[in-house]
Amino acid sequence: MGIILSVLSLQNLSTALLRDINLTIGAGECLCLSGASGCGKSTLLRAIADLDSHQGEILLDGIEHNSVTPQQWRQWVGLLTAESVWWFDTLRPHFPLVEREWFAALGFGVEVLEWPVSRLSSGERQRLALLRLLCHKPRALLLDEPTANLDSENSERIESLILRYSREHAAPLLWISHNHEQISRIASRHFRIVDGGLQEVLS
Amino acid sequence: MSIITLDWLDVTIASGLVIALALLSFYQRLALERQILIAGARTIIQLVLVGMVLKALFSDVRLSWVVLMATVMLLVAGYEVMARQKRRLRGVWGYGIGTFSMFITSFTVTLFALLVIIGNEPWYQPQYAIPLLGMMLGNTMNGIAISLDRLMSGAWQQRTMIEGRLMLGQCWQEAIGDLRRDALRAGMIPTINGMATVGIVSLPGMMTGQILSGTVPVEAVKYQILIMFMISAGAGFGAVIALQLGAKRLFDERQRLRLERLQSVD
Repeated sequence: MGIILSVLSLQNLSTALLRDINLTIGAGECLCLSGASGCGKSTLLRAIADLDSHQGEILLDGIEHNSVTPQQWRQWVGLLTAESVWWFDTLRPHFPLVEREWFAALGFGVEVLEWPVSRLSSGERQRLALLRLLCHKPRALLLDEPTANLDSENSERIESLILRYSREHAAPLLWISHNHEQISRIASRHFRIVDGGLQEVLS
Repeated sequence: MSIITLDWLDVTIASGLVIALALLSFYQRLALERQILIAGARTIIQLVLVGMVLKALFSDVRLSWVVLMATVMLLVAGYEVMARQKRRLRGVWGYGIGTFSMFITSFTVTLFALLVIIGNEPWYQPQYAIPLLGMMLGNTMNGIAISLDRLMSGAWQQRTMIEGRLMLGQCWQEAIGDLRRDALRAGMIPTINGMATVGIVSLPGMMTGQILSGTVPVEAVKYQILIMFMISAGAGFGAVIALQLGAKRLFDERQRLRLERLQSVD
């Protein structure tokens, strides 16, 4: 299996809330982001996924986001939002492929795929949304509080699966988290958004 | 068999029915009497005016008059489509998409019927062209208005779902596909139901009118079938075009959902 080394870099990225963000996340690196609510963390992820209009450049592995189709780009930079949405009645049609091992890592058997979405608890939906995203094989991950409201056991499972995916696929991670212990466990660098700019938090 | 003409006294007697209804509303305190009387008065004024316009059109058959009349009908129908949407596109799009789709389908189908099926001389003879176009516009207007209203309010409500689909790498057509199908179904169901129940539950006004004016029923039936098919095609194709244009306008060149292009009207 050929591994593509992906580096995600933002050059002078500006949105309604953010000004001139410059940032490079290396292949397999985990960068954590925190900041007061409403400061623009989620907007930053949306801009990188090209869901909101913005100025500046976003590159994955040197490829400018405007030079590929939006579908291709969004598949490359997988965005996991805080609230997951499902549009088919059962889970299976949402998954382009199924990695049994990943399901097992989050405590699911593959029979869960036949379940109706309406039967799932919000915690289950949250974990399954991560599995769905990974099954689309993104080259970079943008994670908006993937372990919020989960118990510590499930949080750890999610953390280790994401880190493993990142290692195996050399995927850069941009991870929004408010949990200081979690940040110190997973982050190689930690930034805070203050007044529309990035400020590095040194531990 | 010849038609029994109504004189204005007959019409006045008929208006007594509406006045009785208004009186009922007054005594029952329904507070509808004002609306009933105004609507009744509008019926008289609008129909008398259109009667005079048609009389003039029929006596002086000219293409330019027919085109003028058709244009006015189209513009009014376009306004009606726009006014019926609770959330509509800003700017010229809110009016333009519905009107353009109606223009394309109603005019094409009516021209097709006039030239290929009816084939009279001249083809724009207003006695055929104007009523046919009027029935086309009336029904196409309904189909398009319902479809666009569904699409726009649905997009507003299902924002997270549409964006969730985009995030996983779906193209905009896929992301809004379910919604577009729902909107099209909603717009076409009245037409389909109309085709399915005509003659059993309801006798269409046009056919009834022809029969009243002395046409043998079989001839009236043939016209009615022609009309039903024209209406269905017009409403269906019109809704498809309007939904295609409307859905496309909800996304920009990078396939981002742009709901700020909608405005809500209350």
